[in-house]
Amino acid sequence: MNWLNNFLNSSIGKKFVMAITGSFLLIFLIIHLIGNITLFFGPDAFNGYVKTLDVIKPLIRVIELVLLAAFVFHIFNGFRLWLENKRARPVEYKINGSTENSSIFSRTMFISGSIIFIFLVLHLGTFFWRFNVHDPQQLADAHQYYDIVVGFFQIWWYVLLYIIAMILLGFHLNHGFQSAFQTFGLNSKKYTPLIKKLGTIYAIIMAVGFASMPIYFFLSGGVK
Amino acid sequence: METKILKLKLKIWRQKNANSVGSFVDYDVSVSPDASFLEMLDELNNKLESQGLEPVVFESDCREGICGTCGLVINGQPHGPIPRIATCQLHMRNFKDGDTIWIEPFRAKAFPVIKDLMVDRSGFDKILQAGGYISANVGGAQDANMIPIPKDVASEAFDAAACIGCGACVAACKNASAMLFVSAKISHLGLLPQGQPERYRRVDRMIKVMDELGFGSCTNTYACEAECPKGISVKFIARMNRDYIAAKLKSKTLEQV
Repeated sequence: MNWLNNFLNSSIGKKFVMAITGSFLLIFLIIHLIGNITLFFGPDAFNGYVKTLDVIKPLIRVIELVLLAAFVFHIFNGFRLWLENKRARPVEYKINGSTENSSIFSRTMFISGSIIFIFLVLHLGTFFWRFNVHDPQQLADAHQYYDIVVGFFQIWWYVLLYIIAMILLGFHLNHGFQSAFQTFGLNSKKYTPLIKKLGTIYAIIMAVGFASMPIYFFLSGGVK
Repeated sequence: METKILKLKLKIWRQKNANSVGSFVDYDVSVSPDASFLEMLDELNNKLESQGLEPVVFESDCREGICGTCGLVINGQPHGPIPRIATCQLHMRNFKDGDTIWIEPFRAKAFPVIKDLMVDRSGFDKILQAGGYISANVGGAQDANMIPIPKDVASEAFDAAACIGCGACVAACKNASAMLFVSAKISHLGLLPQGQPERYRRVDRMIKVMDELGFGSCTNTYACEAECPKGISVKFIARMNRDYIAAKLKSKTLEQV
C-alpha cells in the first residue's frame, strides 16, 4: 500500500483527505440540523426523535464510528497542514496584502476550525455524554432529553459560546463547501459560480439554523 | 505639460546574503510619475553608487512583462497594487506624493533570499526538469497542423502556457504553495495531444518534486490567481488535482507512476 501512503501524504493527497472528510461532515450537519429542529415542536417531538435514534442504535453506532473517523482525520490533517504550511514561509511579510487577494473565510480556516473544535469537545461533553453514558435508561424513561438541552440553553456563557461557534462554523463552511469541489477537480465557469452561491446559502442555513435554538430557548426562558 | 515630481519614502529589505539576517532600510527618493517602478530603483541605485554605497540588488530582464524575472512584494502584494501586470510594468503614477512604499523579496522556504530583493527560484526549474517536457521522436519533421486540435482546447492550453514562471503565486499564497505554477505547466502540456504520452507520469513526478522542495499545500484561498500577472486561473489547479488522483488510480506500479 505504498502508493496509497504516497498519495495521502502528498500535498494534493492531504487536500483530498480534507475534502472527503469535510464532505461527509457537510452531509452530517444537514441531518443533524433536521433532527434538532424537533426541539421547536416541544418535549414530545424532541424526546420522540431521540428515542427513535435509540431504536436504531446499532446503525447509529456505525455512523458514529465513521463520523469519528471523519472528525479525527479532518482535525489531525488540518492541524498538520497548518503546521507544514507555516513552515513553508519561515520569514513572514512585514506588510501583509492578503486582504487584497483572498477572502477572510479562506484565510481563517485554522482559527475557525480550532474554535469549532473547542465547541465540539464541550458539545460532546454536555449533550452526547449525558445522552449516551449518563444512565441513558433512566433518562429515556423520564423523557428528560428535552429538559437537558433546554436547561443548557439557559446558561448565558454556554449560549454565547454556542452562537460564536456557529458564526465561525458558517465562516468555515462557506469556504469549505466550494473548496471541496475545487479539490475534487470540479471547477468550471459553467457551474463554479453556482457552487459558490450554494456554499454560502448552505453556510448561512447551518449557522442560523443551529444558533436559532440556543437563542430561542434563552430568550423564551425554556417555557414549554 | 508639467509633471509633478513624487517624493516617496521607500522601506527596502536589505540582506547581505542567504545566511545573514536582513532588515528594512529607509530611502527618500524623488521620482517622475512617468518612471516605472524598476526605473525608480535604478535611479536610487545610481545615487547609492555615486555615494560609494552598495546598490540594492533586484532582478529584472525584459522589462516588458514577458520574461518573469522581476518580482517584488510591494506594500504586501507581489508585483504591486495593480492587477495583471509584472513589477516592471508598474508605473509610479499609481502612487501618491508622500507615500511610503514597503519593498520586500518573495518570501518562501523554497525561495531563499540570495541578496536583498533577489531570491533563488531554481526550485521551479527542478519541478520542470521532473516532467515539464514532451517526448519528440526523431525523423522527418511532420507537416504543420497534422494533429487536429479543437480551438477551445488550443485556447485553454494557451491560457495555461501564458504562465511566465515568475513565482508571484508562491509569494502571494499564505502557504507559499506552488500549485498555480505547477498546474499551469501540467495543463499546457497535458491538454494537447503531444503531451498525452507522459500525462500521468508528468503530474506524479512534478508534484513529488514540488513537495520535496518545501512548498506549502494549497488551501484554495485563490490569492495566487488574484496576484498572477498573467491571470492564470485556479481551474488549472482543479485540473491538476483531477489528473493526480487519476494518475494514482491508473498507475499499475505500487510505487511512483
